[in-house]
Amino acid sequence: MAMEIAQTVDAKGLSCPMPIVRTAQAIKGLASGQLLEVLATDAGSVNDFAAWSKTTGNAIVEQSADGGVYRFVLRKK
Amino acid sequence: MTAVTDPGQNAVAVEAPAATPEPAPATSPEGEAGPRDILIINYSGELEKTWAAMILASTAATMGKVRVFVTFWGLQTFVKDSRRITGQNWMQKMMSLMQRPGVSHRKLSKMNFFGMGPWMMFKLAKQYHVASPKELLEIGQAMGVEFIPCQMTMDMYGLTRDDLIEGMTEPVGAATVIALMQEGSAPLFI
Repeated sequence: MAMEIAQTVDAKGLSCPMPIVRTAQAIKGLASGQLLEVLATDAGSVNDFAAWSKTTGNAIVEQSADGGVYRFVLRKK
Repeated sequence: MTAVTDPGQNAVAVEAPAATPEPAPATSPEGEAGPRDILIINYSGELEKTWAAMILASTAATMGKVRVFVTFWGLQTFVKDSRRITGQNWMQKMMSLMQRPGVSHRKLSKMNFFGMGPWMMFKLAKQYHVASPKELLEIGQAMGVEFIPCQMTMDMYGLTRDDLIEGMTEPVGAATVIALMQEGSAPLFI
């Protein structure tokens, strides 16, 4: 069964480093295993989220791009 | 049922976030191989370098432990915006008069044009939703960045703890910074 998204961070329009900062702030409030969805338009965020996920251990379980909007679903460590 | 705040009775629940200054602890990386601590030495006071330092500090705080040692011109950034003239003697006062302290009063090292350069930078930043150094500083503090003032610079500029923004740690010297690097913090000099 697909897990439900617990929270969404709308970081569309925000520049580096705010999509990551907002994500980090939001993920603090979640319990381990919960899913966080992030929407961003910063093109750098594709690489940034990969790096951030790698060092923090919050896995990217879904990723897509649609019309300049990047969507990430992260599972809290 | 949500608990309604009961003034007077229990004024306990109010969080005191990161405002408690701690002496920079000489912690070594944890037993398990986590990411290295980051140590930013913020030496410059120009707008462009301050901005870079604040972006990196706030981002680093989302990924691990980060300390920012603020020294020389960097310390000017951490004087309260409301302070106009700082220092004890005429030369220190003169210095603060020539370069207004505070994170909101940084100048560009090139093409400052009496404030026109920074004005355009802030205008563009707003247009492209880039957070200002002041916003990033506040975010960094809220996320646990440890800002450490340099004692020697405070003495030289005649600055008191009260001149500096809230939430900084105890002032330290170069040996503390070197020890942090020797213990494995990744250093960055801006």
